[in-house]
Amino acid sequence: MNKIRVIARIDVKNEFAIKGIHLEGLRKVGNPNEMALDYYNNGIDEIVFMDAVAAYYDRNSLSELIQRACADVFIPITVGGGIRTIDDIKNALKSGADKVAINTKAVQDPDFISQSSKIFGSQCIVSSIEAKAIGENKWEVYTDNGREPTGKDVLEWAKDVEKLGAGEIMLTSIDKEGTKRGFDIRLYQNVATSVLIPVIASGGMGQGDDAVQLIKNVNIDAVAVASILHYKLESIQKIKNTLIENQIKVRL
Amino acid sequence: MMIAVIDYGIGNVRSILSAFENQGANVFLTRDKNKILESDGVILPGVGAFSHGMDSLNKHGLVDIIKEYVESNKPFMGICLGMQMLFEESEEFGVTKGLGLISGKVVKLPTKDSQNEKLPHVSWNELNSGKIQWPNTVLENIKEGSDMYFVHSFVAQPNNESNVLSTTEYSGYNFCSSVKSGNIYGCQFHPEKSGKIGLKIVKNFIRMCKE
Repeated sequence: MNKIRVIARIDVKNEFAIKGIHLEGLRKVGNPNEMALDYYNNGIDEIVFMDAVAAYYDRNSLSELIQRACADVFIPITVGGGIRTIDDIKNALKSGADKVAINTKAVQDPDFISQSSKIFGSQCIVSSIEAKAIGENKWEVYTDNGREPTGKDVLEWAKDVEKLGAGEIMLTSIDKEGTKRGFDIRLYQNVATSVLIPVIASGGMGQGDDAVQLIKNVNIDAVAVASILHYKLESIQKIKNTLIENQIKVRL
Repeated sequence: MMIAVIDYGIGNVRSILSAFENQGANVFLTRDKNKILESDGVILPGVGAFSHGMDSLNKHGLVDIIKEYVESNKPFMGICLGMQMLFEESEEFGVTKGLGLISGKVVKLPTKDSQNEKLPHVSWNELNSGKIQWPNTVLENIKEGSDMYFVHSFVAQPNNESNVLSTTEYSGYNFCSSVKSGNIYGCQFHPEKSGKIGLKIVKNFIRMCKE
């Protein structure tokens, strides 16, 4: 088994890091660059910056933030939110991002995933999927940061994006997001057994033990954490220690 | 002391530049022949498909420049795809010819259980000893078992084990995670993305360029 990656997810609105519940009710929680540097110095494995309102306003504005992060944070950086064109990806990579997370545009135009993965390589294209439960073992794909239902089935869409060439899936449970009540384990079980590309679980982690419960039940590759770090509920080291105590391998 | 990062229009080079700057190097991005040849160290970055990478090197006339540079015996390092392109050929999207600076080829990462093992290999993973001792190489003072960041589906298979600087295990298979042939280095992982230990490797390379 791979080492589980512990990824800090920093949602950004204008120049502020923000956090909501169910992707709504966004509150400012700090300066995204200062937070990224702090998490890097304390042993986080990766950083994801998501522009929370970019898709909504049809823009993409994290270049400066990425450039600043890149000067002192030497771990993989993913940027998402409002990625709509090949040029957007070029700009993100040029600014220093290693990967881009694509959601809304991919749903509107699935071919965008195959085009971009051919040009930049699959390793660079993360399919961001926002899932909302609509029944027993059934989830619907949402876009625009949890605002728009699409009628698409999450499992089918996950298989589609894999075929189209996405290198990873970042799967956010809208139901659990920001609740700190643990992951939607059934969602990840269903998706992780349907695809062979790495899956990042995002939404609901409130303590290290939530990750343990998820990883014991699901062949997951990475967990994204936000609230725990932003509100300083547990340190990165404590989360990793909890994983190690449960025989889960992590980067030290 | 100047370090050139080869600019052939692919990949994320900013983080490589900032990692070298962070460690005190005078580093710049270029595809200019004279600048490359005059440098004290050269980095060949790269992500993405092998054929696309080689096409871009060819298109910019960089293949001969690289070959001329490495003749000088000054330090040269390929990172990720940049390491893979050091070899003779790759089987990614049909057979594509590489730079041929090190004997061997690039193959899809063999996994024990190809049905269930995930590719690309995106993970932090450990460096284990190869045939070459690490002192006086870019891995000087790096502890065995150190975690580095990997993201790739293909790996290099050197024909001569004596070129293997480190190995890394994935899905029961030990692949060559860094390589050395004289002044030429290659690493499959990303030192510029591997936290403070990665920066140590960058520092080691810079020190060699000063010697």
